[in-house]
Amino acid sequence: MEEILELLENNSKLSEEQIAVMLGKTVEEVHETIKKFEDENVILGYNTLINWEKTGKEDVTALIELKVTPQRGEGFDKVAERIYRYPQVKACYLMSGGFDITVIVEGKTMKQVALFVAQKLAPLEHVLSTATHFVLKKYKDKGTIFEEKTKDDREAIIL
Amino acid sequence: MNMSEMISPTIKGIPPSGIRKFFDLVNEMKDAISLSIGEPDFVTPWNVREAGIYSLEKGHTHYSPNAGFMELRVEICKYLSRKYNVDYNPKNQVIVTVGGSEAIDIALRSLVSPGDEVIIPEPSYVSYKPCAILAGAKPVTLNLRVEDEFRLTPELLEKAITPKTKVLILPFPNNPTGAIMTKEDLDKIVDVLKDKNIVVLSDEIYAELTYGGKHISIASYPEMKDKTLMINGFSKSYAMTGWRLGYTCGHPDLIAAMYKIHQYAIMCSPTTAQYAAVEALKNSDSDIQMMNREYNRRRRVMVDGFRKIGLDCFEPLGAFYVFPCIKSTGLNSEQFCERLLSEEKVAIIPGTAFGECGEGFIRACYAYSTENIIEALKRVGKFVNSL
Ligand SMILES: Cc1ncc(COP(=O)(O)O)c(C=O)c1O
Repeated sequence: MEEILELLENNSKLSEEQIAVMLGKTVEEVHETIKKFEDENVILGYNTLINWEKTGKEDVTALIELKVTPQRGEGFDKVAERIYRYPQVKACYLMSGGFDITVIVEGKTMKQVALFVAQKLAPLEHVLSTATHFVLKKYKDKGTIFEEKTKDDREAIIL
Repeated sequence: MNMSEMISPTIKGIPPSGIRKFFDLVNEMKDAISLSIGEPDFVTPWNVREAGIYSLEKGHTHYSPNAGFMELRVEICKYLSRKYNVDYNPKNQVIVTVGGSEAIDIALRSLVSPGDEVIIPEPSYVSYKPCAILAGAKPVTLNLRVEDEFRLTPELLEKAITPKTKVLILPFPNNPTGAIMTKEDLDKIVDVLKDKNIVVLSDEIYAELTYGGKHISIASYPEMKDKTLMINGFSKSYAMTGWRLGYTCGHPDLIAAMYKIHQYAIMCSPTTAQYAAVEALKNSDSDIQMMNREYNRRRRVMVDGFRKIGLDCFEPLGAFYVFPCIKSTGLNSEQFCERLLSEEKVAIIPGTAFGECGEGFIRACYAYSTENIIEALKRVGKFVNSL
């Protein structure tokens, strides 16, 4: 039943009826499986991937590298929690390698994001340093290429 | 000079493809949607395209060895051994061809003398019969039956065999019916063929596209291996139709004969495509799997859709076609497809394009996005209800 997850991950608009046909299952089976995934927090939500740039909405996204001192008994989790609770923070990952935490922040302007970093992230206890990188252009997100042609340009007829 | 009089009578006797004839209509229609194309909608996996591009960057723009690069032939043999349990020697049992198409042509030309009979089960792919005729053979069509789910049965085969039979075309998984041959089906066919001097031309171009069970090659029967010429390629399995690359494997003597034609008439297959194909064979199993699963889901959507419309539709377990029966509508295949196209703007191919016994059926391809399939089915439903 993993396949249901793959289908929904690519297209959360699929109805239970459609999924049932695609997988050769009954609608009840599909309904029960999805409900179970929702109850167990395997399915966390049904988001829509939007290319905001096309709407004229001017948003900025930044990727911020944080170096952090881990805390006795709780490692990085406590610091991370203080960070990811901010609604401006869209993603937050613990990293291996040259720094410790990646924070993806969205804001209306560069200034707004920079202030957020300066006022909220940098002063946090245990945060040693921050490095902010602004996103200039999104080519691909969540497995989807933004400017991909989707037209079927096959010859109308071959043998 | 009247050029038309200069054309060979053999060629004049071959009708143009029934599919082409029908689809000049489609090209003129702007907003038609289609279930008619016989090729994957997927683009070749990126790693494979990238390998082709890289070969160009490196300047690999020359002829390859006539039979294809050794590295590719080795990979082909490894693949066939791993997937279908058939072992060939890359040195003298493989030719890399310009699609499965070339392999069909040069195989028949290598085998047939005037008057020899070639058994062609129908409905099937449109090129066997013309290629047989061009080779000087007498094509003998064998009508497969919907009651058998369009599988080849030993009874039908025995009836078609005569002392003049030289070649049997074994086209499974089948275009246009989507039929496959299971191990049990093949066992019986092998019983008929094992003591006969008949070469089996096994067109396994859709071998990766079976649903529910793995494809079985007739060449994997030890008693059939030397009598079988396997035809396969990259077009359908790796979504590489435009690269024009296929291959054929079989008895060294037959391969040596075909090699002559290939060498003189073709020279070698496209070099860029061969570099890409090596990458495909080495590193694209997961892409094949992904495409197979996607086709399978669309297949279920399509079979379910036609059945809900009220058209009989046996469950096709291979390739990417369904072959529903439209006899209940009172129309014949061409009428059905022409009216469907003009009234609802959906292009589907009449079964008759694949042999006379395709009458009463249509071929719908599911190598389309699910949205396209659902919209097309909606229109077909509307059309059938209006009759
Ligand atoms: C059954 C069958 N064999 C062979 C071919 C030829 O394929 P290619 O020449 O692209 O390998 C096709 C193409 O549609 C086919 O359907």
